Amino acid sequence: MIGAGHAGLATSRVLSERSIDHIVLERGEVANSWRRERWDSLRLLTPNWQAQLPGYRYSGNDADGYMPAAEVAAFIAGYAAASQAPVRAQTEVTALTTASAGYRITTHSGEIHCRSAVIASGACNAAHVPALRAAVPEPVACFSTFEYRNPKQLPDGGVLVVGASATGVQLADEIHRAGHRVTLSVGEHVRLPRTYRGRDVLWWMERSGIWNQRYDEIDDLTRARRLPSPQLVGTPEHSTLDLNTLAAGGVELVGRLSAIRDGRALFSGGLLNLFALADLKLERLLDTFDEWSRAQGRDDDVDPSGRFEPTRVPERSRLEIDLNRGEIRSIVWATGFRPEYGWLQVPVVDHKGQLRHEGGVVESPGLYAIGLPVLRRRKSTFILGAEDDARAICAHLQRHLDDTTP
Amino acid sequence: MAEKKIEKKLKNGVNVDALLAAREALKKAPQAAKFKWRASCKWENGTHSSTKVKGFHGLGEEQKHKTEFTFAADHPEIFASEDLGATPVEYVLVGLASCLTAGVAAVAENRGVKLRSVEAKLEGAMDIQGILGIDSDVRNGFDDIKVTFKIDADATKKEIEAIVAQSQKRSAVYDILTNPTNVAVVVA
Repeated sequence: MIGAGHAGLATSRVLSERSIDHIVLERGEVANSWRRERWDSLRLLTPNWQAQLPGYRYSGNDADGYMPAAEVAAFIAGYAAASQAPVRAQTEVTALTTASAGYRITTHSGEIHCRSAVIASGACNAAHVPALRAAVPEPVACFSTFEYRNPKQLPDGGVLVVGASATGVQLADEIHRAGHRVTLSVGEHVRLPRTYRGRDVLWWMERSGIWNQRYDEIDDLTRARRLPSPQLVGTPEHSTLDLNTLAAGGVELVGRLSAIRDGRALFSGGLLNLFALADLKLERLLDTFDEWSRAQGRDDDVDPSGRFEPTRVPERSRLEIDLNRGEIRSIVWATGFRPEYGWLQVPVVDHKGQLRHEGGVVESPGLYAIGLPVLRRRKSTFILGAEDDARAICAHLQRHLDDTTP
Repeated sequence: MAEKKIEKKLKNGVNVDALLAAREALKKAPQAAKFKWRASCKWENGTHSSTKVKGFHGLGEEQKHKTEFTFAADHPEIFASEDLGATPVEYVLVGLASCLTAGVAAVAENRGVKLRSVEAKLEGAMDIQGILGIDSDVRNGFDDIKVTFKIDADATKKEIEAIVAQSQKRSAVYDILTNPTNVAVVVA
Protein backbone atom coordinates (compact mmCIF):
# COMPACT_ATOMS: atom_id res chain seq x y z
CA MET A 1 0.00 0.00 0.00
CA ILE A 2 1.35 3.39 -0.92
CA GLY A 3 -0.37 6.07 1.12
CA ALA A 4 -2.08 6.04 4.51
CA GLY A 5 -5.07 8.22 3.79
CA HIS A 6 -8.62 6.91 4.19
CA ALA A 7 -8.48 4.94 0.91
CA GLY A 8 -5.17 3.25 1.67
CA LEU A 9 -6.26 2.36 5.20
CA ALA A 10 -9.61 1.00 4.00
CA THR A 11 -7.75 -1.25 1.56
CA SER A 12 -5.31 -2.28 4.28
CA ARG A 13 -8.22 -3.26 6.50
CA VAL A 14 -9.74 -5.44 3.78
CA LEU A 15 -6.33 -7.02 3.01
CA SER A 16 -6.03 -7.88 6.71
CA GLU A 17 -9.51 -9.44 6.68
CA ARG A 18 -8.27 -11.62 3.83
CA SER A 19 -5.02 -12.36 5.72
CA ILE A 20 -2.94 -10.87 2.93
CA ASP A 21 0.43 -9.85 4.31
CA HIS A 22 1.14 -6.18 3.55
CA ILE A 23 2.55 -2.88 4.77
CA VAL A 24 1.31 0.68 4.32
CA LEU A 25 4.00 3.18 3.32
CA GLU A 26 3.30 6.78 4.25
CA ARG A 27 5.53 9.71 3.24
CA GLY A 28 4.49 11.71 6.34
CA GLU A 29 1.95 10.72 8.94
CA VAL A 30 -1.45 9.12 8.56
CA ALA A 31 -3.80 11.55 6.74
CA ASN A 32 -0.86 13.73 5.78
CA SER A 33 -2.66 15.91 3.21
CA TRP A 34 -5.38 16.77 5.72
CA ARG A 35 -2.71 17.79 8.24
CA ARG A 36 -0.28 19.77 6.12
CA GLU A 37 -1.47 20.59 2.65
CA ARG A 38 -4.76 22.45 2.97
CA TRP A 39 -6.02 25.83 4.10
CA ASP A 40 -6.92 26.46 7.76
CA SER A 41 -10.70 26.72 7.48
CA LEU A 42 -11.19 23.57 5.39
CA ARG A 43 -13.91 21.21 6.52
CA LEU A 44 -15.09 17.91 5.14
CA LEU A 45 -17.61 18.39 2.31
CA THR A 46 -19.56 15.29 3.29
CA PRO A 47 -21.70 15.18 6.43
CA ASN A 48 -20.11 13.31 9.32
CA TRP A 49 -22.56 10.40 9.20
CA GLN A 50 -21.10 9.62 5.78
CA ALA A 51 -17.67 9.11 7.37
CA GLN A 52 -17.88 5.32 7.11
CA LEU A 53 -15.00 2.97 6.38
CA PRO A 54 -14.79 -0.82 6.51
CA GLY A 55 -15.41 -1.69 10.15
CA TYR A 56 -15.39 1.91 11.35
CA ARG A 57 -17.62 4.94 11.39
CA TYR A 58 -18.00 8.42 12.84
CA SER A 59 -19.08 8.18 16.46
CA GLY A 60 -19.17 11.85 17.49
CA ASN A 61 -22.30 13.76 18.44
CA ASP A 62 -22.59 15.91 15.32
CA ALA A 63 -23.66 13.41 12.68
CA ASP A 64 -25.09 16.08 10.38
CA GLY A 65 -22.10 18.43 10.76
CA TYR A 66 -18.88 18.64 8.79
CA MET A 67 -15.58 17.90 10.51
CA PRO A 68 -12.79 20.48 10.35
CA ALA A 69 -9.60 19.20 8.69
CA ALA A 70 -7.86 18.45 12.01
CA GLU A 71 -10.80 16.30 13.12
CA VAL A 72 -10.74 14.46 9.81
CA ALA A 73 -7.04 13.73 10.35
CA ALA A 74 -7.82 12.50 13.88
CA PHE A 75 -10.70 10.35 12.55
CA ILE A 76 -8.41 8.72 9.98
CA ALA A 77 -5.63 8.25 12.57
CA GLY A 78 -8.21 6.65 14.88
CA TYR A 79 -9.11 4.28 12.08
CA ALA A 80 -5.45 3.34 11.51
CA ALA A 81 -5.14 2.56 15.23
CA ALA A 82 -8.43 0.64 15.45
CA SER A 83 -7.48 -1.43 12.40
CA GLN A 84 -3.94 -1.96 13.69
CA ALA A 85 -2.86 -1.01 10.19
CA PRO A 86 0.80 -1.87 9.52
CA VAL A 87 1.74 1.73 8.71
CA ARG A 88 5.34 2.78 8.18
CA ALA A 89 5.22 6.53 8.62
CA GLN A 90 7.87 8.98 7.35
CA THR A 91 8.67 6.55 4.55
CA GLU A 92 8.49 8.33 1.25
CA VAL A 93 8.44 6.22 -1.88
CA THR A 94 10.98 7.56 -4.36
CA ALA A 95 10.63 4.87 -7.04
CA LEU A 96 8.44 1.95 -7.99
CA THR A 97 9.80 -0.32 -10.73
CA THR A 98 8.93 -3.74 -12.07
CA ALA A 99 11.03 -6.57 -10.70
CA SER A 100 10.96 -10.33 -11.07
CA ALA A 101 7.61 -11.60 -9.76
CA GLY A 102 6.35 -8.16 -8.78
CA TYR A 103 7.65 -4.72 -7.96
CA ARG A 104 10.58 -3.06 -6.29
CA ILE A 105 9.79 -0.03 -4.17
CA THR A 106 12.58 2.34 -3.21
CA THR A 107 12.16 4.53 -0.12
CA HIS A 108 14.45 6.79 1.83
CA SER A 109 14.93 3.95 4.29
CA GLY A 110 15.62 1.07 1.93
CA GLU A 111 14.09 -1.16 -0.73
CA ILE A 112 11.03 -3.33 -0.53
CA HIS A 113 10.05 -6.16 -2.88
CA CYS A 114 6.41 -6.99 -3.24
CA ARG A 115 4.25 -9.14 -5.50
CA SER A 116 1.55 -6.54 -5.71
CA ALA A 117 1.25 -2.82 -5.00
CA VAL A 118 -1.75 -0.55 -4.44
CA ILE A 119 -1.34 3.14 -5.23
CA ALA A 120 -3.36 5.11 -2.67
CA SER A 121 -1.28 8.26 -2.82
CA GLY A 122 -4.28 10.44 -3.62
CA ALA A 123 -5.53 12.61 -6.47
CA CYS A 124 -4.45 15.92 -4.98
CA ASN A 125 -0.67 15.81 -4.40
CA ALA A 126 0.11 19.04 -6.19
CA ALA A 127 -1.72 22.31 -6.71
CA HIS A 128 -2.11 22.84 -10.42
CA VAL A 129 -1.40 26.38 -11.59
CA PRO A 130 -1.84 27.22 -15.29
CA ALA A 131 1.17 28.27 -17.35
CA LEU A 132 -0.17 31.81 -17.72
CA ARG A 133 0.87 32.48 -14.11
CA ALA A 134 4.32 33.24 -15.59
CA ALA A 135 2.83 36.35 -17.23
CA VAL A 136 1.56 37.85 -13.96
CA PRO A 137 3.42 41.15 -13.39
CA GLU A 138 5.88 41.27 -10.50
CA PRO A 139 4.04 43.29 -7.81
CA VAL A 140 1.07 40.91 -7.77
CA ALA A 141 1.60 38.14 -5.20
CA CYS A 142 0.53 34.63 -6.23
CA PHE A 143 -0.70 31.84 -3.95
CA SER A 144 -1.45 28.29 -4.98
CA THR A 145 -3.93 26.31 -2.87
CA PHE A 146 -0.92 24.62 -1.26
CA GLU A 147 0.55 27.99 -0.27
CA TYR A 148 -2.65 29.67 0.86
CA ARG A 149 -3.58 29.12 4.51
CA ASN A 150 -5.78 32.07 5.50
CA PRO A 151 -6.56 35.67 4.43
CA LYS A 152 -3.96 37.12 6.82
CA GLN A 153 -1.23 36.03 4.42
CA LEU A 154 -2.54 38.22 1.64
CA PRO A 155 -1.36 41.78 1.05
CA ASP A 156 -3.98 44.50 1.59
CA GLY A 157 -6.12 45.29 -1.42
CA GLY A 158 -7.96 43.46 -4.17
CA VAL A 159 -7.70 39.71 -4.67
CA LEU A 160 -8.36 37.76 -7.83
CA VAL A 161 -9.44 34.18 -7.11
CA VAL A 162 -9.11 32.01 -10.21
CA GLY A 163 -11.45 29.02 -10.29
CA ALA A 164 -14.95 28.40 -8.94
CA SER A 165 -14.86 24.83 -7.70
CA ALA A 166 -15.40 24.05 -4.00
CA THR A 167 -11.95 25.47 -3.30
CA GLY A 168 -12.46 28.65 -5.31
CA VAL A 169 -15.85 29.57 -3.86
CA GLN A 170 -14.73 28.79 -0.30
CA LEU A 171 -11.58 30.90 -0.59
CA ALA A 172 -13.35 33.76 -2.41
CA ASP A 173 -15.92 33.82 0.40
CA GLU A 174 -13.49 33.86 3.31
CA ILE A 175 -11.16 36.37 1.67
CA HIS A 176 -14.13 38.63 0.95
CA ARG A 177 -15.34 38.30 4.56
CA ALA A 178 -11.85 39.29 5.72
CA GLY A 179 -12.41 42.65 4.07
CA HIS A 180 -10.71 42.29 0.70
CA ARG A 181 -12.31 43.27 -2.57
CA VAL A 182 -12.61 39.94 -4.39
CA THR A 183 -12.95 39.20 -8.09
CA LEU A 184 -13.77 35.58 -8.89
CA SER A 185 -12.85 34.18 -12.30
CA VAL A 186 -15.41 31.49 -13.14
CA GLY A 187 -14.79 28.64 -15.57
CA GLU A 188 -16.79 25.47 -15.99
CA HIS A 189 -18.31 24.67 -12.61
CA VAL A 190 -20.68 22.34 -10.80
CA ARG A 191 -23.46 24.05 -8.88
CA LEU A 192 -24.95 22.24 -5.89
CA PRO A 193 -27.11 23.51 -3.04
CA ARG A 194 -26.01 22.37 0.42
CA THR A 195 -29.48 21.09 1.20
CA TYR A 196 -32.45 20.15 -0.97
CA ARG A 197 -35.94 19.48 0.36
CA GLY A 198 -34.54 19.58 3.90
CA ARG A 199 -31.81 16.99 3.34
CA ASP A 200 -28.11 17.31 2.67
CA VAL A 201 -27.53 17.17 -1.07
CA LEU A 202 -25.04 14.35 -0.50
CA TRP A 203 -27.76 12.38 1.32
CA TRP A 204 -29.64 12.58 -1.97
CA MET A 205 -26.57 11.61 -3.98
CA GLU A 206 -26.08 8.54 -1.85
CA ARG A 207 -29.66 7.42 -1.27
CA SER A 208 -30.86 7.96 -4.82
CA GLY A 209 -28.08 5.74 -6.10
CA ILE A 210 -26.31 8.38 -8.19
CA TRP A 211 -23.12 7.95 -6.19
CA ASN A 212 -23.31 4.22 -6.81
CA GLN A 213 -23.19 4.60 -10.57
CA ARG A 214 -20.34 2.44 -11.86
CA TYR A 215 -17.53 3.78 -14.01
CA ASP A 216 -18.52 1.48 -16.87
CA GLU A 217 -22.09 2.82 -16.84
CA ILE A 218 -21.05 6.45 -17.31
CA ASP A 219 -21.34 7.92 -20.83
CA ASP A 220 -18.36 10.22 -20.77
CA LEU A 221 -16.04 8.76 -18.16
CA THR A 222 -13.10 11.01 -19.03
CA ARG A 223 -15.28 14.04 -18.40
CA ALA A 224 -16.73 12.60 -15.17
CA ARG A 225 -13.20 11.99 -13.86
CA ARG A 226 -12.07 15.52 -14.71
CA LEU A 227 -15.10 17.32 -13.31
CA PRO A 228 -14.29 20.17 -10.92
CA SER A 229 -15.43 19.65 -7.32
CA PRO A 230 -18.98 20.90 -6.68
CA GLN A 231 -19.56 24.35 -5.20
CA LEU A 232 -20.08 23.16 -1.64
CA VAL A 233 -18.88 24.14 1.80
CA GLY A 234 -19.38 22.38 5.11
CA THR A 235 -20.48 24.90 7.72
CA PRO A 236 -22.36 24.57 10.98
CA GLU A 237 -25.18 26.61 9.34
CA HIS A 238 -25.47 24.16 6.42
CA SER A 239 -25.45 27.17 4.15
CA THR A 240 -25.32 27.08 0.38
CA LEU A 241 -22.33 28.82 -1.16
CA ASP A 242 -23.08 29.39 -4.82
CA LEU A 243 -22.30 32.20 -7.23
CA ASN A 244 -25.53 34.02 -6.31
CA THR A 245 -24.53 34.05 -2.63
CA LEU A 246 -21.08 35.35 -3.50
CA ALA A 247 -22.32 37.99 -5.93
CA ALA A 248 -25.00 39.19 -3.48
CA GLY A 249 -22.28 39.61 -0.87
CA GLY A 250 -20.25 41.78 -3.22
CA VAL A 251 -17.84 39.39 -4.94
CA GLU A 252 -17.39 40.41 -8.59
CA LEU A 253 -17.79 37.57 -11.07
CA VAL A 254 -15.78 37.51 -14.29
CA GLY A 255 -15.33 34.86 -16.99
CA ARG A 256 -12.64 32.24 -17.25
CA LEU A 257 -9.13 33.70 -17.18
CA SER A 258 -8.03 33.01 -20.73
CA ALA A 259 -4.82 35.01 -21.14
CA ILE A 260 -2.56 37.60 -19.58
CA ARG A 261 -1.22 40.04 -22.16
CA ASP A 262 1.10 42.92 -21.29
CA GLY A 263 0.04 42.55 -17.67
CA ARG A 264 -3.65 42.63 -18.52
CA ALA A 265 -5.76 39.70 -17.39
CA LEU A 266 -8.24 38.82 -20.14
CA PHE A 267 -11.43 37.01 -19.20
CA SER A 268 -13.71 34.97 -21.45
CA GLY A 269 -16.99 36.54 -22.55
CA GLY A 270 -18.72 33.17 -22.27
CA LEU A 271 -19.83 33.47 -18.63
CA LEU A 272 -23.52 33.36 -19.49
CA ASN A 273 -23.33 29.95 -21.06
CA LEU A 274 -21.35 28.55 -18.13
CA PHE A 275 -24.15 29.72 -15.82
CA ALA A 276 -26.74 28.18 -18.15
CA LEU A 277 -24.92 24.84 -18.29
CA ALA A 278 -24.47 24.63 -14.51
CA ASP A 279 -28.11 25.63 -13.86
CA LEU A 280 -29.45 23.12 -16.40
CA LYS A 281 -27.34 20.32 -14.92
CA LEU A 282 -28.49 21.20 -11.41
CA GLU A 283 -32.15 21.15 -12.52
CA ARG A 284 -31.65 17.75 -14.16
CA LEU A 285 -30.03 16.39 -11.01
CA LEU A 286 -32.89 17.67 -8.83
CA ASP A 287 -35.41 16.13 -11.27
CA THR A 288 -33.62 12.80 -10.74
CA PHE A 289 -33.89 13.23 -6.96
CA ASP A 290 -37.61 14.05 -7.20
CA GLU A 291 -38.28 11.07 -9.44
CA TRP A 292 -36.44 8.77 -7.05
CA SER A 293 -38.29 10.16 -4.05
CA ARG A 294 -41.66 9.71 -5.77
CA ALA A 295 -40.85 6.21 -7.03
CA GLN A 296 -39.59 5.09 -3.61
CA GLY A 297 -42.47 6.68 -1.73
CA ARG A 298 -40.07 8.91 0.18
CA ASP A 299 -41.96 12.16 -0.43
CA ASP A 300 -43.19 12.17 3.18
CA ASP A 301 -39.63 11.98 4.57
CA VAL A 302 -38.51 15.10 2.76
CA ASP A 303 -39.80 18.65 2.36
CA PRO A 304 -41.85 19.67 -0.68
CA SER A 305 -39.90 20.40 -3.80
CA GLY A 306 -38.52 23.94 -4.04
CA ARG A 307 -36.16 24.95 -6.79
CA PHE A 308 -33.36 27.49 -6.82
CA GLU A 309 -33.13 30.80 -8.56
CA PRO A 310 -31.05 30.63 -11.76
CA THR A 311 -27.55 32.06 -11.48
CA ARG A 312 -27.97 35.82 -11.78
CA VAL A 313 -26.15 37.29 -14.71
CA PRO A 314 -24.09 40.33 -13.77
CA GLU A 315 -25.18 43.55 -15.47
CA ARG A 316 -21.85 43.55 -17.21
CA SER A 317 -18.91 41.26 -16.59
CA ARG A 318 -15.50 42.79 -17.14
CA LEU A 319 -13.41 41.28 -19.91
CA GLU A 320 -10.09 42.62 -18.71
CA ILE A 321 -8.30 43.88 -15.61
CA ASP A 322 -4.95 45.64 -15.82
CA LEU A 323 -2.83 43.88 -13.21
CA ASN A 324 -0.34 46.75 -13.24
CA ARG A 325 -2.86 49.28 -11.99
CA GLY A 326 -2.86 48.15 -8.36
CA GLU A 327 -6.49 47.09 -8.23
CA ILE A 328 -5.44 43.45 -7.81
CA ARG A 329 -2.68 42.92 -5.23
CA SER A 330 -2.74 39.15 -5.11
CA ILE A 331 -4.00 36.15 -7.04
CA VAL A 332 -5.14 32.89 -5.46
CA TRP A 333 -4.99 30.03 -7.98
CA ALA A 334 -7.81 27.65 -7.13
CA THR A 335 -7.23 25.88 -10.42
CA GLY A 336 -7.31 22.29 -9.31
CA PHE A 337 -5.13 19.58 -7.92
CA ARG A 338 -3.17 16.89 -9.70
CA PRO A 339 -1.74 13.56 -8.62
CA GLU A 340 2.05 13.15 -8.64
CA TYR A 341 3.49 10.04 -10.24
CA GLY A 342 7.11 11.07 -10.74
CA TRP A 343 8.17 8.09 -8.62
CA LEU A 344 6.15 5.60 -10.66
CA GLN A 345 8.65 4.11 -13.10
CA VAL A 346 6.20 1.78 -14.79
CA PRO A 347 4.69 3.06 -18.07
CA VAL A 348 1.11 3.40 -16.83
CA VAL A 349 0.69 7.20 -16.83
CA ASP A 350 -0.91 8.89 -19.86
CA HIS A 351 0.23 12.08 -21.62
CA LYS A 352 -2.03 14.13 -19.34
CA GLY A 353 -0.33 12.75 -16.21
CA GLN A 354 -3.25 10.49 -15.25
CA LEU A 355 -2.95 6.86 -14.28
CA ARG A 356 -4.26 4.41 -16.90
CA HIS A 357 -6.50 1.92 -15.13
CA GLU A 358 -9.72 -0.03 -15.56
CA GLY A 359 -11.75 0.47 -12.41
CA GLY A 360 -8.58 0.64 -10.30
CA VAL A 361 -6.87 -2.28 -12.04
CA VAL A 362 -3.72 -0.76 -13.55
CA GLU A 363 -2.44 -2.11 -16.88
CA SER A 364 0.64 -3.60 -15.23
CA PRO A 365 -0.33 -6.95 -13.56
CA GLY A 366 -0.47 -6.78 -9.79
CA LEU A 367 -0.62 -2.98 -9.71
CA TYR A 368 -3.77 -1.28 -8.41
CA ALA A 369 -5.07 2.18 -7.60
CA ILE A 370 -7.66 3.45 -5.15
CA GLY A 371 -9.01 6.83 -4.09
CA LEU A 372 -9.11 8.48 -7.52
CA PRO A 373 -12.14 10.33 -8.97
CA VAL A 374 -14.80 7.91 -10.26
CA LEU A 375 -12.30 5.06 -9.91
CA ARG A 376 -15.08 2.47 -9.83
CA ARG A 377 -18.11 4.51 -8.83
CA ARG A 378 -19.11 8.16 -8.63
CA LYS A 379 -18.52 8.03 -4.86
CA SER A 380 -14.97 6.71 -5.20
CA THR A 381 -13.09 9.72 -3.82
CA PHE A 382 -15.38 10.21 -0.86
CA ILE A 383 -14.70 8.47 2.46
CA LEU A 384 -17.98 6.61 2.11
CA GLY A 385 -16.92 5.32 -1.30
CA ALA A 386 -13.71 3.64 -0.21
CA GLU A 387 -15.22 0.39 1.08
CA ASP A 388 -16.80 -0.91 -2.15
CA ASP A 389 -13.69 -0.05 -4.13
CA ALA A 390 -11.34 -1.57 -1.55
CA ARG A 391 -13.35 -4.80 -1.56
CA ALA A 392 -13.40 -5.05 -5.36
CA ILE A 393 -9.71 -4.32 -5.68
CA CYS A 394 -8.65 -6.68 -2.91
CA ALA A 395 -10.69 -9.48 -4.52
CA HIS A 396 -8.88 -8.89 -7.82
CA LEU A 397 -5.55 -8.64 -6.00
CA GLN A 398 -6.12 -11.95 -4.22
CA ARG A 399 -6.91 -13.65 -7.56
CA HIS A 400 -3.70 -12.20 -8.94
CA LEU A 401 -1.71 -13.60 -6.01
CA ASP A 402 -3.41 -17.00 -6.32
CA ASP A 403 -2.82 -17.13 -10.08
CA THR A 404 0.83 -16.21 -9.82
CA THR A 405 1.69 -18.43 -6.87
CA PRO A 406 4.05 -21.08 -8.20
CA MET B 1 -23.90 -3.06 -32.87
CA ALA B 2 -22.46 -1.67 -36.11
CA GLU B 3 -25.49 -2.79 -38.10
CA LYS B 4 -27.86 -1.23 -35.64
CA LYS B 5 -26.03 2.07 -36.01
CA ILE B 6 -26.29 2.04 -39.80
CA GLU B 7 -30.01 1.34 -39.60
CA LYS B 8 -30.63 4.20 -37.19
CA LYS B 9 -32.55 6.84 -39.08
CA LEU B 10 -31.15 10.33 -39.06
CA LYS B 11 -33.55 12.83 -37.57
CA ASN B 12 -31.81 16.04 -38.65
CA GLY B 13 -29.44 14.84 -41.34
CA VAL B 14 -26.31 15.01 -39.17
CA ASN B 15 -24.34 11.78 -39.27
CA VAL B 16 -23.48 11.76 -35.60
CA ASP B 17 -22.24 8.17 -35.65
CA ALA B 18 -19.61 9.14 -38.22
CA LEU B 19 -18.62 12.12 -36.05
CA LEU B 20 -18.38 9.95 -32.95
CA ALA B 21 -16.33 7.37 -34.86
CA ALA B 22 -14.00 10.15 -36.02
CA ARG B 23 -13.70 11.33 -32.40
CA GLU B 24 -12.62 7.88 -31.28
CA ALA B 25 -10.17 7.53 -34.19
CA LEU B 26 -8.62 10.94 -33.52
CA LYS B 27 -8.19 10.14 -29.83
CA LYS B 28 -5.71 7.50 -30.95
CA ALA B 29 -4.07 9.73 -33.60
CA PRO B 30 -4.04 13.26 -32.15
CA GLN B 31 -1.69 14.47 -34.91
CA ALA B 32 -4.43 13.95 -37.50
CA ALA B 33 -6.65 16.30 -35.49
CA LYS B 34 -4.40 19.26 -36.28
CA PHE B 35 -6.22 21.30 -38.92
CA LYS B 36 -5.40 24.51 -40.77
CA TRP B 37 -8.23 26.53 -42.22
CA ARG B 38 -7.43 29.01 -45.00
CA ALA B 39 -8.84 31.91 -46.91
CA SER B 40 -7.31 34.01 -49.71
CA CYS B 41 -8.39 37.58 -50.10
CA LYS B 42 -7.93 39.89 -53.08
CA TRP B 43 -8.54 43.62 -53.06
CA GLU B 44 -10.91 44.66 -55.83
CA ASN B 45 -11.44 48.42 -55.55
CA GLY B 46 -12.24 50.90 -52.81
CA THR B 47 -13.34 48.93 -49.75
CA HIS B 48 -14.50 46.02 -51.93
CA SER B 49 -12.59 42.75 -51.70
CA SER B 50 -13.30 39.14 -52.53
CA THR B 51 -12.17 36.22 -50.44
CA LYS B 52 -11.99 32.68 -51.72
CA VAL B 53 -12.09 29.50 -49.68
CA LYS B 54 -11.08 26.18 -51.19
CA GLY B 55 -8.27 24.18 -49.61
CA PHE B 56 -7.55 23.31 -45.99
CA HIS B 57 -5.30 20.91 -44.13
CA GLY B 58 -6.47 18.10 -41.90
CA LEU B 59 -6.29 14.36 -41.16
CA GLY B 60 -2.61 14.56 -42.01
CA GLU B 61 -2.99 15.81 -45.59
CA GLU B 62 -4.24 18.56 -47.86
CA GLN B 63 -8.00 18.63 -48.34
CA LYS B 64 -10.35 20.73 -50.44
CA HIS B 65 -13.98 21.73 -50.61
CA LYS B 66 -16.02 20.29 -53.51
CA THR B 67 -16.18 23.77 -55.00
CA GLU B 68 -14.48 27.07 -54.39
CA PHE B 69 -16.58 29.57 -52.41
CA THR B 70 -16.24 33.30 -52.95
CA PHE B 71 -17.29 36.00 -50.50
CA ALA B 72 -17.60 39.63 -51.52
CA ALA B 73 -17.08 42.15 -48.75
CA ASP B 74 -17.56 45.88 -48.82
CA HIS B 75 -18.90 48.73 -46.73
CA PRO B 76 -22.41 50.18 -47.09
CA GLU B 77 -23.24 53.36 -48.98
CA ILE B 78 -23.58 55.41 -45.80
CA PHE B 79 -19.81 54.94 -45.48
CA ALA B 80 -19.43 56.26 -49.03
CA SER B 81 -18.75 52.78 -50.39
CA GLU B 82 -20.43 50.86 -53.17
CA ASP B 83 -21.96 48.18 -50.95
CA LEU B 84 -20.90 45.27 -53.15
CA GLY B 85 -20.95 42.79 -50.27
CA ALA B 86 -21.61 42.26 -46.60
CA THR B 87 -19.34 44.11 -44.18
CA PRO B 88 -16.51 42.11 -42.57
CA VAL B 89 -18.17 42.34 -39.14
CA GLU B 90 -21.34 40.87 -40.61
CA TYR B 91 -19.25 37.92 -41.79
CA VAL B 92 -18.28 37.43 -38.16
CA LEU B 93 -22.00 37.15 -37.35
CA VAL B 94 -22.40 34.75 -40.29
CA GLY B 95 -19.64 32.60 -38.82
CA LEU B 96 -21.15 32.59 -35.34
CA ALA B 97 -24.69 31.94 -36.56
CA SER B 98 -23.74 29.05 -38.82
CA CYS B 99 -21.41 27.52 -36.24
CA LEU B 100 -23.99 27.54 -33.45
CA THR B 101 -26.75 26.34 -35.79
CA ALA B 102 -24.66 23.42 -37.02
CA GLY B 103 -23.96 22.66 -33.37
CA VAL B 104 -27.66 22.72 -32.48
CA ALA B 105 -28.40 20.23 -35.27
CA ALA B 106 -25.57 17.91 -34.28
CA VAL B 107 -26.33 17.98 -30.54
CA ALA B 108 -30.06 17.46 -31.22
CA GLU B 109 -29.25 14.53 -33.48
CA ASN B 110 -27.03 13.00 -30.82
CA ARG B 111 -29.80 13.40 -28.24
CA GLY B 112 -32.44 11.96 -30.57
CA VAL B 113 -34.37 15.23 -30.85
CA LYS B 114 -36.14 15.91 -34.15
CA LEU B 115 -35.86 19.56 -35.21
CA ARG B 116 -38.63 21.10 -37.29
CA SER B 117 -37.14 24.56 -37.62
CA VAL B 118 -34.20 26.47 -36.23
CA GLU B 119 -33.85 30.19 -36.72
CA ALA B 120 -31.32 32.51 -35.19
CA LYS B 121 -31.24 36.29 -35.16
CA LEU B 122 -27.92 37.91 -34.41
CA GLU B 123 -27.09 41.41 -33.40
CA GLY B 124 -23.66 42.83 -32.69
CA ALA B 125 -23.55 46.22 -30.96
CA MET B 126 -20.71 48.51 -31.98
CA ASP B 127 -19.78 52.10 -31.30
CA ILE B 128 -18.03 53.22 -34.49
CA GLN B 129 -16.24 56.03 -32.66
CA GLY B 130 -13.60 53.34 -32.14
CA ILE B 131 -12.88 52.46 -35.79
CA LEU B 132 -13.13 56.10 -36.80
CA GLY B 133 -10.51 57.05 -34.23
CA ILE B 134 -12.80 59.59 -32.57
CA ASP B 135 -12.39 58.23 -29.06
CA SER B 136 -9.48 55.94 -28.19
CA ASP B 137 -11.32 54.62 -25.14
CA VAL B 138 -13.92 53.01 -27.41
CA ARG B 139 -12.95 49.61 -28.76
CA ASN B 140 -13.07 48.82 -32.47
CA GLY B 141 -14.97 45.56 -32.20
CA PHE B 142 -18.35 44.56 -30.92
CA ASP B 143 -19.31 45.55 -27.37
CA ASP B 144 -21.85 42.77 -27.19
CA ILE B 145 -23.28 40.12 -29.44
CA LYS B 146 -26.77 38.82 -28.90
CA VAL B 147 -27.98 35.59 -30.47
CA THR B 148 -31.68 34.73 -30.24
CA PHE B 149 -32.68 31.21 -31.25
CA LYS B 150 -36.22 30.24 -32.22
CA ILE B 151 -36.43 26.47 -32.29
CA ASP B 152 -39.36 24.22 -33.03
CA ALA B 153 -38.57 20.64 -32.01
CA ASP B 154 -39.91 17.51 -30.33
CA ALA B 155 -38.47 18.54 -26.98
CA THR B 156 -39.25 20.51 -23.84
CA LYS B 157 -38.02 24.08 -23.43
CA LYS B 158 -35.40 22.85 -20.94
CA GLU B 159 -34.14 20.26 -23.41
CA ILE B 160 -33.90 22.88 -26.14
CA GLU B 161 -32.03 25.23 -23.79
CA ALA B 162 -29.64 22.41 -22.97
CA ILE B 163 -29.03 21.75 -26.69
CA VAL B 164 -28.30 25.44 -27.31
CA ALA B 165 -25.97 25.55 -24.28
CA GLN B 166 -24.09 22.47 -25.44
CA SER B 167 -23.73 23.88 -28.95
CA GLN B 168 -22.01 26.95 -27.46
CA LYS B 169 -19.75 24.75 -25.39
CA ARG B 170 -18.52 22.96 -28.50
CA SER B 171 -18.52 25.92 -30.93
CA ALA B 172 -15.25 27.07 -32.49
CA VAL B 173 -16.53 30.51 -33.47
CA TYR B 174 -18.11 31.08 -30.06
CA ASP B 175 -14.73 30.29 -28.51
CA ILE B 176 -12.89 32.55 -30.98
CA LEU B 177 -15.20 35.44 -30.08
CA THR B 178 -15.29 34.97 -26.33
CA ASN B 179 -11.59 34.27 -25.79
CA PRO B 180 -8.51 36.08 -27.04
CA THR B 181 -6.58 34.58 -29.94
CA ASN B 182 -3.03 35.43 -30.98
CA VAL B 183 -3.10 37.04 -34.41
CA ALA B 184 0.07 37.59 -36.45
CA VAL B 185 -0.21 39.87 -39.48
CA VAL B 186 2.98 40.04 -41.58
CA VAL B 187 3.99 41.42 -44.95
CA ALA B 188 5.44 38.72 -47.20
